[in-house]
Amino acid sequence: MGLDYRPMTSARLAVDIGGTFTDLALERDGRRFTAKTLTTSDAPEKGVLTGVAAILADAGLAPGDVSILVHGTTLATNAVIERKGAVTALITTAGFRDVLAMGNESRYDQYDLQIRLPEPLVPRHLRLPVPERVDANGRVLLPLDEEAVRALIPTLHEHKVTSVAVGFLHSFTNGAHERRAGAILEAAGFPVTLSSDVSPEMREWERFSTAVANAYVQPLMQGYLRRLQTGLSAMGMDAPVFLMLSGGGLTTVDTACRFPIRLVESGPAGGAIFSAAIARAAGLNRVLSFDMGGTTAKICLIDDGAPQTARTFEVARIGRFKKGSGLPLRIPVIEMVEIGAGGGSLAHVDALGRIAVGPESAGAMPGPACYGRGGKEPAVTDANLVLGRYDPARFAGGTMALDADASRAALDHAVGSKMGIDAGSAAGGVIEMVDETMANAARIHAIESGKAFADRTVIAFGGGGPVHACRVAEKIGASRIMIPPGAGVGSAIGFLRAPVGYEVVRSLYQRLGKFDVAAVNELLEDMTREAMTVVDAGRFGAPVRAVRTAFMRYVGQGHEIPVRLSDRAIEAGDASGIRASFDAEYSRFYDRPVPGSDVEVMSFAVAVATETLVHDEPAPPTIAAGPARTQAVQDPVTGEIADWPVHDRNTMPAGTTLAGPAIIAEDETSTLVGALWTASIDDHGIIILSRETAA
Amino acid sequence: MISALAYGIMWNRLIAVVEEQAQTMIRTAFSTTVRESGDLSAGIFDLDGRMLAQAVTGTPGHVNSMMESVGHFLKRFPAATMKAGDHYITNDPWLGTGHLHDLTVVSPAFHNGHIVGLFANTAHVIDIGGLGMGPEARSVFEEGMYIPIVKCFSEGVANETFFDILRAGTRLPVELEGDVYSLCACNDAGIRRLVEMMDEFQMSGLEDLATHIFDASRRATIAAIAALPPGTYRADIGSDGYEAPVHLEAALTVGSDSITVDFQGTSGLSTRGINVPAAYTRAYTAFGIKVVVAPDIPNNTASLEPFRCIIPEGCILNAPRPYAVAVRHVIGHLLPDLVMGCLHQAVPERVTAEGASCLWNPPLRGGGSVSGQATANRPVLPDFEIITFNSGGTGARPTSDGLDATAFPSGVRTMPVEATEATAPIVIWRKELRPGSGGAGRTRGGLGQIMEIAGRDDLEFACNAIFDRVANAPRGREGGLKGAAGHVMLKSGPALKPKGFQIIPDGDRLVLQMPGGGGMGDPLTRDRALVARDLRDGLISADEARDVYGYDAA
Repeated sequence: MGLDYRPMTSARLAVDIGGTFTDLALERDGRRFTAKTLTTSDAPEKGVLTGVAAILADAGLAPGDVSILVHGTTLATNAVIERKGAVTALITTAGFRDVLAMGNESRYDQYDLQIRLPEPLVPRHLRLPVPERVDANGRVLLPLDEEAVRALIPTLHEHKVTSVAVGFLHSFTNGAHERRAGAILEAAGFPVTLSSDVSPEMREWERFSTAVANAYVQPLMQGYLRRLQTGLSAMGMDAPVFLMLSGGGLTTVDTACRFPIRLVESGPAGGAIFSAAIARAAGLNRVLSFDMGGTTAKICLIDDGAPQTARTFEVARIGRFKKGSGLPLRIPVIEMVEIGAGGGSLAHVDALGRIAVGPESAGAMPGPACYGRGGKEPAVTDANLVLGRYDPARFAGGTMALDADASRAALDHAVGSKMGIDAGSAAGGVIEMVDETMANAARIHAIESGKAFADRTVIAFGGGGPVHACRVAEKIGASRIMIPPGAGVGSAIGFLRAPVGYEVVRSLYQRLGKFDVAAVNELLEDMTREAMTVVDAGRFGAPVRAVRTAFMRYVGQGHEIPVRLSDRAIEAGDASGIRASFDAEYSRFYDRPVPGSDVEVMSFAVAVATETLVHDEPAPPTIAAGPARTQAVQDPVTGEIADWPVHDRNTMPAGTTLAGPAIIAEDETSTLVGALWTASIDDHGIIILSRETAA
Repeated sequence: MISALAYGIMWNRLIAVVEEQAQTMIRTAFSTTVRESGDLSAGIFDLDGRMLAQAVTGTPGHVNSMMESVGHFLKRFPAATMKAGDHYITNDPWLGTGHLHDLTVVSPAFHNGHIVGLFANTAHVIDIGGLGMGPEARSVFEEGMYIPIVKCFSEGVANETFFDILRAGTRLPVELEGDVYSLCACNDAGIRRLVEMMDEFQMSGLEDLATHIFDASRRATIAAIAALPPGTYRADIGSDGYEAPVHLEAALTVGSDSITVDFQGTSGLSTRGINVPAAYTRAYTAFGIKVVVAPDIPNNTASLEPFRCIIPEGCILNAPRPYAVAVRHVIGHLLPDLVMGCLHQAVPERVTAEGASCLWNPPLRGGGSVSGQATANRPVLPDFEIITFNSGGTGARPTSDGLDATAFPSGVRTMPVEATEATAPIVIWRKELRPGSGGAGRTRGGLGQIMEIAGRDDLEFACNAIFDRVANAPRGREGGLKGAAGHVMLKSGPALKPKGFQIIPDGDRLVLQMPGGGGMGDPLTRDRALVARDLRDGLISADEARDVYGYDAA
């Protein structure tokens, strides 16, 4: 790992700005400190600076002792969700003014007549067409009308446009028109995003949408990052700042300012990196990362220590997390499925007499019924409380009293009375349904990725992950779970494990039957140079590795699968080997290769990153155990009530082993050890849950 | 005794199983109609041919017709004769989903050596030989290869004779064979997940779960019907037809536990391929009712059974074999508008105005079979065959505008222009909203769109037109105005016919102006801020704002 090439005695600091809390993690000399402060949405740097000061004080360090700061933020995502970005214009090919509005011309829900579709970030009067046209081969059919571009400048001023995107048809094959139009607008003083820069790939809707989103958040993100740097300097911190990318790598502030849209999912990406680091340290090749928070659960597959990645993502879904209800972004991301199943997800009984959970959420206000803030509908947290699965005294570190009677009343009214069952059974039904929903999401996600889900080790974190992990694992056939320490600030810790890296993707159509070796090699070299330039700025001499991938399919198919290419330049005789790799990959996904078809490559990716190394997780210190305690817990499946022993996690040294059923309590969450499970604490303070399975 | 809780869990799982089935098809299909546009459906059936669950992904026309189809497979190949690894296939319009371009594959699922259920799926392929997609045939025999119900895989082994015949009869042999493989792979995926599910829940069969699903669905559907005011409601709608206008008429009766639609009064059969087999009529009629009456109840045999049709013999909605049926969707897509015309009298707050409804999908062809051989002084395009999916506007809703350029009732998606142009030698010069096409109203109809298509280097190509609502603009409701009618023309000016094979000569372009949705309510009562926004965005003209909406921009 690149950052490990810094001396280990120096302090490394990570900051993750979330919607409600800003999380911090600091590691120094094998010790870890963590902190949480409230996010200050209007000027997020204030919350960061407050948190930095607090965690430094806790660690006994001065700002100058920090050698590196790694930062991730939901700022860009929230700007898109809340529509608080710049007044943005899109300059586009005449005849294609409404690409953003028309999308794929479909409804993401076939049976909802009242469906709402996402509004484009740029309204029609700021989608401005200019005559120009390039064809599918990059040939100019109609030269760019430069006068028409210049003629738009007064319109941009009139509407107080502060950021401009340029999106022309087929610009990923020939970006000259976009570059020329961009130059004219930049000369007029506008910040410009070119679609061929930010997402040089086929499919105009996705590419324009990505360019527009980048332009939309750019002024805001640039302003914030510059203010943060100023604030950090003022407090005496001169450490370089790196930004977490949604693809799982780190980049410099300069690159982040150019392509801020690549920061959108940095928080969840940090969580996946956190899991991946633990997987590598434990030598686990097949892992399912399970991060369950207040509103959603996020599931990510991690093979051979690397989170799965993808090239598309949807931001700001408006249709209850439904696929297709957000704005498409075509950028490198860590692939994960996010579903509306969290502690705050609300339960009800549907018209068919089935319990349904989420995606509606109680949020922080009013919150679940047990918070006593006026919430009347039962949330998953209420069901857990009624079943005795939380230690109410330890919830949120004991700072918040929970009202179990309010939970019971809510469950009775919304579920029990409708199904003729008591509150306990209703709670059991809610938990069983939410666990089933998460297990189904994991299964379908694995299928869509062509991966098996059974026999994976589950790494569970977030407030809800350790509570629900046993049952979800049983449902997907997993028999081993790891609950790492620091699970409440997992994303921030993940930032400290991320490589410095950058990925470039470009479309270049190739038939494997007549592979243009020179063109492909030239493209790959060019892409490697581009990625290397970004990485060089922050690797401090650490060795790097370039991974080259081709996205391939049978001629005529619509969905590509990634195939790794060798690290050396491609030679004329390589086509048959690449074909064989593709057939093998295809069979792994879909059982049998398709006879007789040629294979085509749609695009290539080059990911340059510092090497990822195994990192020893620091074990937290332990304290002496208090008196033994038990708690009555009701099994959600059988309905049986039994007394479960409750252990405090911070009293359990490495080597401790105990058999389920039991609860291991800590401030941010509690780990449920199911009846069939055994828990042990390893040398890094990780709780390992395992169960015997019938062979 | 299994609790309602446990059945609820298993039901959810079954829906996840069929969703995996559908996703596998999208990932592996070759035809753009499936992989890009989602013209497909997938479901699981019991051994009596009753549908237990259907994937959320898919398009309505396939749903109910595929549901009837499985019964036909079981008649031809009884369940007792089926073996693990068998896959059965047909494209018979009367045993499948209404035209030869839809392949339906049925596969038995075995658990512990016993057959427990059947997986079925349907997908629309690009080419099945014959005249190609279009209305011109005078009988089904001209429309393409006709595949009766046969076995395409026997215990996992491909029926090579079948595949030899299949490849020989199509313009796109690789794609068609690949699609059949994809349909089988998708059922295999469903079978694997079902077996895992049955192991986990320790099930020996699907009977008890089926009973629970059917009981709960029937109860919920009947409760939804009971909430409607009973009575008989009548409506009609016009289609441009092929050789003559077509009139569709319906009398919808809300009973105590069912809704019946009688199509008495509807026009007779056409000589061309716009005729609709009865299963397809039932499919879109049920969809039109369900989307209004019981949208949240999952599709299965019991939730759809209370929606019934009486379709007189000899009417265009009950085409017998061997009438031509290739473009049965043109009229089929009008059925939800017709049904909503009836339901508007019962529950006005739950229906929309009429929309463009029929997709505007130009089947395009070029090369030797259109232009003959190239000569020194007359180049021609390379051979190609392609169809793109495009939509006009949907009807205005009671409390919100219609959707611009969005498919309804069909559930398909469009293809990116960049992907189409990379596949076929055409240039799409324009594809954007059609200003002024949304029917005015308190809520406005969705806008149609305009497309302008040329051959590469402006060379000649052909379009086998299958468009509607050129003479029958989508109507508004409650005082809302009509949306703009569709129009098909050459860029140089002359109008083209809305249906039939036509040449776009060298140097000219095909222009499609798609219909806008009808409006709802009096335009004078429209929110002034919305009128101002539409004017600012150029969706309506200053004249329309003033004359129709009574809005003074100054």
